[in-house]
Amino acid sequence: MAQTVFEPWEDPDQKPLIQFRNVTKRFGAFTAIDNLSLDIFEREFFALLGPSGCGKTTMMRMLAGFEAVSEGAIYLSGQDIGPVPPNKRAVNMMFQSYALFPHLSIWDNIAFGLKRDRLPKNAIGDRVSEMLKLTRLEKFAHRKPHQISGGQRQRVALARSLAKAPKLLLLDEPLGALDKKLRQDTQFELMDIQEKTGTTFVIVTHDQEEAMTVASRVAVMDEGRLIQVDTPARIYETPTSVYVADFIGDVNIIEGHGTKSGDGYDVTFAEGQPVLHAKTSRDLGSAGKCYLAIRPEKVSISAEKPEGKTNLVKGAILDIAYLGNLSTYHVKLASGQIIKAQTANTRRIARRDLTWEDEVWLSWTETAAVVLES
Amino acid sequence: MRRLVLIAVPYLWLLALFLIPFLIVLKISLSDTALAIPPYTPTLDLGAGWAGVKAFFTGLDFENFWFLTTDELYWKAYLSSLQIALLSTIMTLMVGYPIAYGMAQARDEWRPTLMLLVILPFWTSFLIRVYAWMGILSREGLLNQFLLWTGVTNEPLTILNTDTAVYIGIVYTYLPFMVLPIYAALEKLDESLLEAAEDLGCSRASAFWLVTVPLSKSGIIAGCFLVFIPALGEFVIPSLLGGSQTLMIGKVLWEEFFNNRDWPVASAVAVILLLILIIPIILFQRNEQKQREAEG
Amino acid sequence: MRRFTWFNATSLTLGFAFLYIPMIILIIYSFNASKLVTVWAGFSTRWYGELLQNEAFLSAAWVTIKVAVASSTIATVLGTMAAYILIRGGRFWGRTLFSGMIYAPLVMPEVITGLSLLLLFIGIGLDRGILTIVLAHTTFSMCFVSVVVSSRLVNFDRSLEEAALDLGCSPFEAFRLVTLPIIAPAVISGWLLAFTLSLDDLVIASFTAGPSATTLPIKIFSSIRLGVSPEINALSTILIVIVTIGVITASLVSKRASLRMQAEERAAVRN
Repeated sequence: MAQTVFEPWEDPDQKPLIQFRNVTKRFGAFTAIDNLSLDIFEREFFALLGPSGCGKTTMMRMLAGFEAVSEGAIYLSGQDIGPVPPNKRAVNMMFQSYALFPHLSIWDNIAFGLKRDRLPKNAIGDRVSEMLKLTRLEKFAHRKPHQISGGQRQRVALARSLAKAPKLLLLDEPLGALDKKLRQDTQFELMDIQEKTGTTFVIVTHDQEEAMTVASRVAVMDEGRLIQVDTPARIYETPTSVYVADFIGDVNIIEGHGTKSGDGYDVTFAEGQPVLHAKTSRDLGSAGKCYLAIRPEKVSISAEKPEGKTNLVKGAILDIAYLGNLSTYHVKLASGQIIKAQTANTRRIARRDLTWEDEVWLSWTETAAVVLES
Repeated sequence: MRRLVLIAVPYLWLLALFLIPFLIVLKISLSDTALAIPPYTPTLDLGAGWAGVKAFFTGLDFENFWFLTTDELYWKAYLSSLQIALLSTIMTLMVGYPIAYGMAQARDEWRPTLMLLVILPFWTSFLIRVYAWMGILSREGLLNQFLLWTGVTNEPLTILNTDTAVYIGIVYTYLPFMVLPIYAALEKLDESLLEAAEDLGCSRASAFWLVTVPLSKSGIIAGCFLVFIPALGEFVIPSLLGGSQTLMIGKVLWEEFFNNRDWPVASAVAVILLLILIIPIILFQRNEQKQREAEG
Repeated sequence: MRRFTWFNATSLTLGFAFLYIPMIILIIYSFNASKLVTVWAGFSTRWYGELLQNEAFLSAAWVTIKVAVASSTIATVLGTMAAYILIRGGRFWGRTLFSGMIYAPLVMPEVITGLSLLLLFIGIGLDRGILTIVLAHTTFSMCFVSVVVSSRLVNFDRSLEEAALDLGCSPFEAFRLVTLPIIAPAVISGWLLAFTLSLDDLVIASFTAGPSATTLPIKIFSSIRLGVSPEINALSTILIVIVTIGVITASLVSKRASLRMQAEERAAVRN
């Protein structure tokens, strides 16, 4: 049986779980969220990504009920949650600091929310055991939060917020306090748990790698606005703005003048440099100032002039950054632009032939570059 | 609703038992002395409505305040209180700073014990600590016995019931208030700053004056206010250790109230004492706020 | 570059000698057989015996304890509420006045506080006695409690309260189940401070106490005004010993708790 692709946002019949309708949030004179609309669907793992101060945390706190919207409304399963206080929302949150109650054992921390619902004792016990098993914490049930490690605390926080089986789980920088190695392992664990429980996750992060790894869709935010909402692959491969292209991963941005030609645009960017061509299905109007965004790993570098390439420029190597698995070459063109080209070091001490000041040729395909309006 | 109750209870308590009593003091200080009990004629009669309020404002007079300026006892008492509070604050600083500095230089495992030794007197009864000096400073007391035995003097000295005894009493009882904030400031001092100063050519002594002292400034200021403010209105120390010639405003107020039973004048004395205290209190709060901001 | 020099050693020795010698002398002379406090006439516990026979002191001590327990308990409740309002209450009408009224009694000379409360009690016709002392002590010690508790609340991780709300607590439940247990040490030390302040207070009690209620400090004061007496030395010694035991026990308990916490945290990082 062929697996159906999980893309509820492409299906017009799907009802979103969360709807932001023209939401604005002001703190005094400062506008944190600016007339923002967004749909998030059931079972999604949705990431809000942006630099600090972009409004992503405010979005999350409005969902949890700790901040009231100034204008507009937020709907959860079609119901306006504006008047619902945080303790009555079917939404739970995993705090950045974990906010584990230091005076309660791990068991009591996880049972805390269940006890508030006045569930029968054995129902609470069963649910807590289930959560302890899910997060592999059975051994630590009777310890206090300060008696376990950082990674374990993170799992307690997750178990506690999942215990009430919320419709929606909010995760505020859930992996921010962990070291890099542990963070990577935990990312997969989070995805695993999300899949097992079928809960909708909304994660706030400033770490683009983290967002790309875990999320089904990523919303890139800046200054209280959504810049682009898309799948991680599309965010990376077809950014719709210079901001997104630049924010996610490494990129070469070339400013130039574009004219429509065939199935794409011809871009002239400097005196004495060849015209570059990029395919695009988007219409940027007839001509004008535009940008080309090219990922460094899509630029090939060679000492000899390659044949039959549409986009070909010549320059001299300025810098080489050796990263072990990859090497990045910074190549300066005669017109002054610096273009980065990345190659995988598949052979040991590969590309010894290229060194500083060498004259090299850079090339990329018509589909490698993305044309963006200014 | 709950929030309203939560705010209202302590709020009303303080209004009723702090603000209103103080307004009464203010009012009585503007009333006329009478021999009735209570020995004042209230000048505001709210029962009479608007006419009463009007009568109140026309009937207000600064007679009692005027009286304070005519009798030199009062302004002498204010001046001498200021002098005693100021000098004893400086003395407490001179005694307290070396102690705080010594504590800050002590080894880590010693610090909690030293801290405990400073805090302990703070929890011990103030009255008892003042009392302890009465036996030491009297003419037949241990201090005189010691001085006579060592041959420093031939005659026993009169220390108890003089201003000197008051200074000793204030320095002694308020010493923990000076040591603790200075120690807190010195403890936070980054040792590498002193190393940097010496690396840049300071001697140890000049590093102390150029780095340690300026960086403990907030502690010094806090300590000085914590001694100066209560010392100014002090009653127990001048009445137990001081003599009949020791003039301090707290004592004058007490005597005006309990011995002369002149409530309006006692109230006027209190109002002026408070006016004098407002400036150091504001300066103190500003210092505290600056420190809080500096700590983020 | 911390260097503990001879200068430091000397200033600490002299400083602590200054702080402690008067109290040590006081204690030694409480065991003096002679009525004359300045002449040593051999060891005796006679004054302790006489003190325990002294009805006036015993009843004053009883009044003092009743006043201290009542006023510190009410002050702890009110002071904790006040601290919570100041730190968490957000904006409300008259907030500046409120915080002013919390901080002012801390620096207000006792003679003024005492005088103003006495005038209030006379004005409303309240008979002076235990009740008026309790009201007076509660008022000034609640401010101390609120300062102690609010300095703890300032450093309180607010997300703990939010987590409690998020998991279904009402704001009151969040305070009772999460905030209060965590700030309990500060509330307890606030209570102890209020208790000590009340035990210690002479001036405010003198203004607000009537002939029906005399507290221990008032009794001590009226007796030492006339001069030094060995009975007072014995009483002082008892009070000093109680306070010393209390303070040392409290600091040992909190030190042991923090050491255990550190050891457990280290152990948690290892496994």
